[in-house]
This record gives sequence, structure tokens and C-alpha cells, in this order.
Amino acid sequence: MIQRTPYADAFTYAIMVIGFLLLLGPFLVVLAGASQTMPQVNAVPFSFLPQGEFMKNASAAWARADLGTAMTNSLIMAALVTAGKVALSACTAFAIVFFRTPLKHVFFWSVFITLMLPLEVRVVPTYAVAADLFQPIKSILGFFGLEIGIEWNLLNSYAGLTLPLIATATGTFLYRQFFMTLPDELAEAARMDGSGSVRFFFDMLLPLSRTNMLALTTIMFVYGWNQYLWPLLMVTDPSYKTLMMSLLALLPSDNGIPDWNVTLAGSLIIMAPPVIVVAVLQRWFVRGLVSSEK
Amino acid sequence: MEKRAVFKSWWLPVLFALPQLVLILLFFYWPVAAVVNWAFTLEPPFGGAAEFVGFANFKEALSDPFYWNSVVVSLIFATVGPFFCIFIGLTLALAVDRQLPGSGFFRFFYILPFAIAGPAAGMAFRFILSPERGLAASINALSPDLWNPAKYGSHALALVIIIFIWKWSGYTFIFLLAGLQSVPRALGEAAAMDGAGPFRRAIDVQVPLLAPTLFFLLVTMMTEGFVGADTFGIVHSVTGGGPNHGTEVMVYRIVDEAFQGLNYSGASAQSIILIGLIMVFTFIQFRFIEKRVHYK
Amino acid sequence: MADIQIRAVRKSYGKTPTLHGIDLSFDSGEFVVILGPSGCGKSTLLRMIAGLEDITAGEIAIDGRVVNKLEPRERGCAMVFQNYALYPHMTVAGNIGYALKVAGVAKAERERRIAETAKIVGLQDYLERRPAALSGGQRQRVAMARAIIREPKVFLFDEPLSNLDAKLRVTMRAEIRKLHQRLSATSVFVTHDQVEAMTLADRLVVMNRGHVEQVGRPLDIYHRPASTFVASFIGAPAMNLFTTRIEVETATVRLDGAAIAIDPLVAHALRGREVIVGIRPEQCRLTTEGKGLPARIDFVEELGVGRVIHCEIAGEAFAAAVAEDADVSAGDTVWLSLPPEQLHFFDAETGRRIEFPLPGTDIAAARGSASTTQHTGVLS
Ligand SMILES: Nc1ncnc2c1ncn2[C@@H]1O[C@H](COP(=O)(O)OP(=O)(O)O)[C@@H](O)[C@H]1O
Ligand SMILES: [Mg+2]
Repeated sequence: MIQRTPYADAFTYAIMVIGFLLLLGPFLVVLAGASQTMPQVNAVPFSFLPQGEFMKNASAAWARADLGTAMTNSLIMAALVTAGKVALSACTAFAIVFFRTPLKHVFFWSVFITLMLPLEVRVVPTYAVAADLFQPIKSILGFFGLEIGIEWNLLNSYAGLTLPLIATATGTFLYRQFFMTLPDELAEAARMDGSGSVRFFFDMLLPLSRTNMLALTTIMFVYGWNQYLWPLLMVTDPSYKTLMMSLLALLPSDNGIPDWNVTLAGSLIIMAPPVIVVAVLQRWFVRGLVSSEK
Repeated sequence: MEKRAVFKSWWLPVLFALPQLVLILLFFYWPVAAVVNWAFTLEPPFGGAAEFVGFANFKEALSDPFYWNSVVVSLIFATVGPFFCIFIGLTLALAVDRQLPGSGFFRFFYILPFAIAGPAAGMAFRFILSPERGLAASINALSPDLWNPAKYGSHALALVIIIFIWKWSGYTFIFLLAGLQSVPRALGEAAAMDGAGPFRRAIDVQVPLLAPTLFFLLVTMMTEGFVGADTFGIVHSVTGGGPNHGTEVMVYRIVDEAFQGLNYSGASAQSIILIGLIMVFTFIQFRFIEKRVHYK
Repeated sequence: MADIQIRAVRKSYGKTPTLHGIDLSFDSGEFVVILGPSGCGKSTLLRMIAGLEDITAGEIAIDGRVVNKLEPRERGCAMVFQNYALYPHMTVAGNIGYALKVAGVAKAERERRIAETAKIVGLQDYLERRPAALSGGQRQRVAMARAIIREPKVFLFDEPLSNLDAKLRVTMRAEIRKLHQRLSATSVFVTHDQVEAMTLADRLVVMNRGHVEQVGRPLDIYHRPASTFVASFIGAPAMNLFTTRIEVETATVRLDGAAIAIDPLVAHALRGREVIVGIRPEQCRLTTEGKGLPARIDFVEELGVGRVIHCEIAGEAFAAAVAEDADVSAGDTVWLSLPPEQLHFFDAETGRRIEFPLPGTDIAAARGSASTTQHTGVLS
């Protein structure tokens, strides 16, 4: 379309630049602040120019909040959540889409409902289950007057950190969407070629789902990495601390010295991995977000 | 149309769905049932079986002025925040969708804030908008305490809402841009042939066609504002609900009541009210707004 | 090679019946074409043979063995789908060899057979490509190769040519026919294209709305369509059909102001009945002015090998095929003769063909009564 609209174009650029400054400004402040000395970071007016102190501030932050352990734990947690989600939801979506059984509707709705209620409103009893995995069974047996003595506590464990986060619907819908777009004949052709359902799943569906898995991986990694409330509740043992839990430990203490440069450097370390993932794999991230919604 | 489901086994689908179903049963359905149970019972302080107390827990919650305060705070949070998110996302999406040279560069950066956890963003903003530094210090130089979120609840509420908007504008931007790109180019070209300039086209053609996306975002963002992980995370890491309960949103109060106050029954009753509120919101939005939305 | 028996087969989706009792029997090595308009249940029938669809009632036997309860892989059928259903993530070789891989055939043997099959369909140079990098015709060949490699007892084709352009369709048609001669496995081919059906079939099954209308050799069906549906579905342009009444005294049928002579025997047999009379456009002849049926030409269709006149007679569209050098143009009035022996008669109520002589006809008596009143020509 040939169009000459200089005013509209100038206005469009103005909007895009303002948007850029508003959304990127905070990053720039953090970058600048994290690389300054304490007097510089507290100067009024604030200087947006980065200085050379970043490594020093970062190592101070690293030591202050024990970021090494937390980094490892965050990585493990994000990886487990991602892997669990990518694997389990593929299986569930397969069961929902490709089988002729009345149960598929039961499966679909029981998974769908979980979209409605986030962890925050059911956090106490979820915590109770994590503290004693057999509590539901015990309660049911207790109702019939029976008692069992087993107990399995998930607090302070990677299983406890990740399993409840895997129990949601996001990935299932992403796969379901994709499976629904595959022509019926694909499975029928495989069937004519002698392949059973399990073989079809591994030979056809999984290889065909590669791009969707990548999309799901990016969003689940960010989701897993950014978990805040759940680790805060689950973890009391410092060796299971995650990075998000270390945030508050980075703050300058109330009556102490305002070394915000160290705090900002620490925050930067904590923010960086998901930002890098989204920056590098942006196409997949966007695709994952858009296609996991209904 | 329904897909022709191809395979017939009854036990294979059960086997495949089982892992996720077990997790959901354990960590979703059982807890939700427990919330309902706890909301109507009260556990005696020194052990013993919980007693059924009817609506007593609800009555107690509803007669607490701090509870009503959290309702008001949540309402403000979950309307102002989403409104600005959608407004900013829409403006940027319309601009980027014109596909002027360089717009790909801007698009790339607009999405990045969404990768950051609410609490981490909160930490950055505690510095950026702290009353003693940078921009805010210049404002406070005019008159002391013109901006002081540590002192005034309203300022603190504005701060957490700003953080929410900053993070979630990229999200609405993604969806609105995807929506715009699915509007057939021919429509814009037809409008151009009819003599409409870029602004007219945006208002007359593009925005009405975006109605389904806008509607979807409205529901999603308001739900996020009420119960989202970021809502809790931002409030917890930036203000801790203060000062003076000024940023105590409903989710924050529920978690606080449960884990600080150890009042599980009260927290559960509040959860139920919140769940009900979300359902009413979703229902109203579907019922009254969807009617005015033009689906293809 | 295997024969196929289909006995009283019914199919319903939920409560909607789709096939209403199909009885068919295909001989070993035969090339059977199932022809019918879209939605008539052809694919459903084929998919029931393949084992992709449950059989609601009745039974299907392949090679004498009832297969109702068998999985597709146990039936020895291979199928070519309309959209080919190639595996997008596999190479051509992977697609062709997948069935063998599933069956656990050793790699070396598999590769040998892939190469051999690819050669039959002319794909030997494309084995490493993915389906996305192939043309429509090549994809079609991959789909065929995938079926051939299994050496099935029965080939099933579900409109395999309808996604190709017209020219390629003709080529592929010939290739499928050649392939059949070479492999001589029983083939069932579904299509809605009557030209495809006529050219490919040893035996043709015409279906309509979940019923079998007629089964027979293509030419038999063309010459003796069993119903008005078959008559109008087969042949292009379609057979001209009129609902009318026989006049026994003059041994004519009336069309517009004109009367067309018919065999007096037929007239006698059909007296008093309402019938549908049909004639194929290719059987109409141009005749001299004043003879036969006058018609004013609406337009002339040029086919190259001939021309088709379109006009209106007795309120019905009427087509007649004439030679390419016939001197006709729109607006002219021409005179058409309709040879009595080329007329088809159908019951006006059921649409079924009326065969002569009708059972129980006293031919001598009929001749006697008819001969006295034999007239032809136009009534003024
Ligand atoms: N899976 C299905 N569910 C319900 N109805 C179906 C299904 N498949 C086919 N039908 C119906 O059965 C009829 C015959 O379909 P089909 O055998 O595909 O026709 P065609 O002769 O065009 O191949 C159609 O009316 C179609 O709508
Ligand atoms: Mg069909």
C-alpha cells in the first residue's frame, strides 16, 4: 500500500519511543545503578550513566544473600517444572484428543477448571497436602474410622517445590490446540501402516510437537523461575532457598548503609535468566503465550 | 467440529492422563475442597475435631473493617491496573502494527518486562521511585512528602499499581499485536481506498475488530489483578501490605491471615468470597460486554 | 488378492443413519469404483472396509474372513487418502518405509524395498526430501508408494486425485490403472467424478444418499441406467429427462406442442402411467425443418470434438450434442429428432428404470392394438 502520511508516521514514532523509554527506562536505571558506587547511586539527580563497579557490586550481593546456592536451586526448580510440564501435559492432551472415550470430557473439564483458581486462594490446604502427602487418603480413611501411620513430607524438597506447580492446565491446552489442528487422516494413515496409539504418540506426535515444546519450555521456564509465594512457604531449610526468596535479603537494612548499588546488582542477577530466555527465544515465547490461552 | 478420535482403548487414555490427574487431584481439588470445608468449620484452638459453624467465619470476616478495606484496595488495584495495561498495550500495538521501518526493534523490547518476576521488578521500583532518590527526590524538593509511599497508603498503592502496569503492558501488547495481525490487510486497504487516514482506520476498523481480544484481556487482566501471583508478589516484596493496610489487597490478606494469623477458617472464608467475586466478574463480563463484541 | 463381501452393512453416526443396508460383493483382483455425489456415504463405506470406522450393523468379509472386529493392520488393506496424509516430519523414504518399520522389518531389507517401490512410482531421486518440498503430483506418488510397499491384499483409494490439477489427474489416472494391471490386487476407488469412474472401473457402484443405486460395468450403466439419479449423474452433458404421459392411440409422448413417436409396444405397456422419459444429448439428431421437435437455441457450447446446443423444451432445460461442423448458433430454431429406440423410461414415482418387455405382457396382442394407430410427426 503506497501511502504518504508524514505526520501520522512522526506521531507513531513518538509513541513508540515514549513506550520504549517507559518500559525500558527501569532496566536502564537498574543497569546504571548496579554499576555505580554507593555515593553515585544515592546522588540527586540520579545519573543514568553506567560506571565500572558492576562486578564488585555483584560479588558483594552474591555473598550477602548466598546467591550461589539459590541460583542452583532456582535452576533446578525451573528445569523440573519445565520438564514435568512439557512431558505430563503432552500425555494428558494425547489422552483428551485422540481417544474415543467418554472419559475424555471428564479429563478435559477437570483440567480446565484449574485455570480458574490460582494457587494463592488455595494456598493453605495445598501447603497442608505438601506437608503430608497422604493427608487426603488419611482423611478419607478417617471418615470410615481407619487410621494409617504413613507420612510423606514434601517440605524442603525439590518435589515439594515443583509438583504443585505442575498441577495446572497451561501446557495441556497448548498441546491440545496443536493436536486439534492435525488432520484426522494423519492418525488414520499411521493406523493403516500398523502403528498403535502409543507408537503414534512417540513416532508422530512428539516429533511434530517440537516447536510447541520449545514454546512451552520458554514460558514454563519463566513461570518456574519467577515463583515467589510457594517457595517462600515450602522452604525453611536455607539449602533449598531459591533466588526469588533471596530478594528481600538483598535490601539494605533499615538503619544500615543505603548500598542500593549492591541490591540492584543482586536484583539484576535474579532478573537476568528469564529476560535472556525471552530475548533469545522471543518468537517461541510469544507463540507459547498466545497459543496456551484457550 | 469435533475431531474424529481415532484410538479406542479405554485404559490407555487413563494411563496417559493419570500422572497429571493425580497431581491435580492432590494439589488442586483436594485443597479446594479443604478450603470449602474449613470455611464452614472452626478448629478448636487446642486440638480436637473441627466443628461445623455455618456462616460464622464469613460473618466474622465481613464485620472486620480491615477486610472491607482490602476489598476496596483490591477493587482499585484490579480496575486501574488492567485499564492502563490494556490502554498502553493497545497504543503500542497500533503503533507497531503500522510496520514502519524499525518497529521490529521496539517490539522486541516491549516484551521484555514481562519476563521479570513481580517481586524482582518491585525491588527495582523501590529504588527507582523511592522518595529520597532520582526523579522522586526532585519532586519532593518542591515540597516535602509530595511523594512518599513509605508514609502514605495511597502513594504506596499507586506504586504497586505502577509496577503491575509496567510488567503486564507487554503481555497485553503481545495479544493485541497478534490480534491486529490477524485482521485481514485487505480491510485496512479497503478503508484506505475509502479515504480513511491512519488514525481513522485505527479507530473505525482496527479497534472494533480487536473487540474479542480486548474482551479476553479484560477478563484475564482483572482476574490477574485480583488473584494473580504478581499481585501478591509485588505487594509482599514492596510494601508488605502497608503502610497502614493501604496496599493490603485481598490475596495478601488471605495469605497473611493464614500464615501469620494462623486463622485458617477465616482465610478460607475469605478465599471463598474472593472465588465467588471472580466468578461474578467473569459472568458479568461475559453477559454484558460480550454482547457488544463483534466476533467474526 | 482377496475378494470382499459386504452384507447388509449399515452405519449411523449417533442417531443419524448414513448407510442404509449395503450389499456388495467384489471379486478378487477387480478394480471397483464407488461413485456418488459428495456426502452420499462413499468414504464411510470405504473407511469401514479399512477398519477406521465401526460397522453399525451387517458384516464385511475380506478373503472369506469376517473383519468387523479386526484392527486395520490385521485386515491387509492399504489406503490412499484424499489429502495424502503424509508424515510431515519424515523424508519420502521414511514415509514409504514406515509400515515396514512398524512391522519390524530389518533395515537393509527395508531400504531395498523402499528403493524398489520408489522406482515403481518414479520417486527414486526424491527419497531424502520432506513432503513439504514436493509438488502435488509427487506427494500423491508418495502416498501410493506407501500403500504399494506393504503388498496389501486390497487397495483403498479415497478420492486420491481430487487435489490435483486437471492435467495431472488424467496422467495419474492412467498410472493407477497401469499399476493395477501390474499388481492386480483388489482395488476399491472412491470418487465423485464420473469421468474418473468410467475410465478406471472394471465395475462401477453408483451410490446416492446411503443407498446403492446400481452396480455394473461402466458401459452397461451408461446404456441402461437403473434410475433417474444414475441417468442424470452419469454422462456429460446429463441425460435430458421429462415427466409426461404416454398416448397409446398415437404411440407418442407429448412435449410442448410436439409429439415424439415411441415404440407402440412400449406405449401399450405403459398406457395410463405417468413416466419420466429420458434421452441422452448424444443421441439427439438434427433433422430437417418441419420434422421432429422444434427448439430455439439459447446458447451453444463449444467442446472442440463437437458442440452442445442448449435450449428449452416443455419448460425443461434440454441439451443436444451435435457435430462440430453443425451450422447452429444462438437464436436459431433447429429441429431435433429423438430416435425411439434411444429413449429411456423411468417410473415417475420411484424413479426406477422400466425394462421391456414388462413381465406378463402379451407381445402379439400389444402389437396388434398398436399397429393400427401408428403415426409420427408433429401434430398441428
Ligand atoms: N464422523 C462423522 N460424524 C457424523 N457424521 C458424519 C461423520 N463422517 C461423515 N458423516 C456424515 O455421513 C455422511 C456421509 O459422509 P461421507 O461418507 O464422508 O460422504 P462422501 O460420500 O462425500 O465421502 C455425510 O452426510 C456426513 O456428514
Ligand atoms: Mg469422501
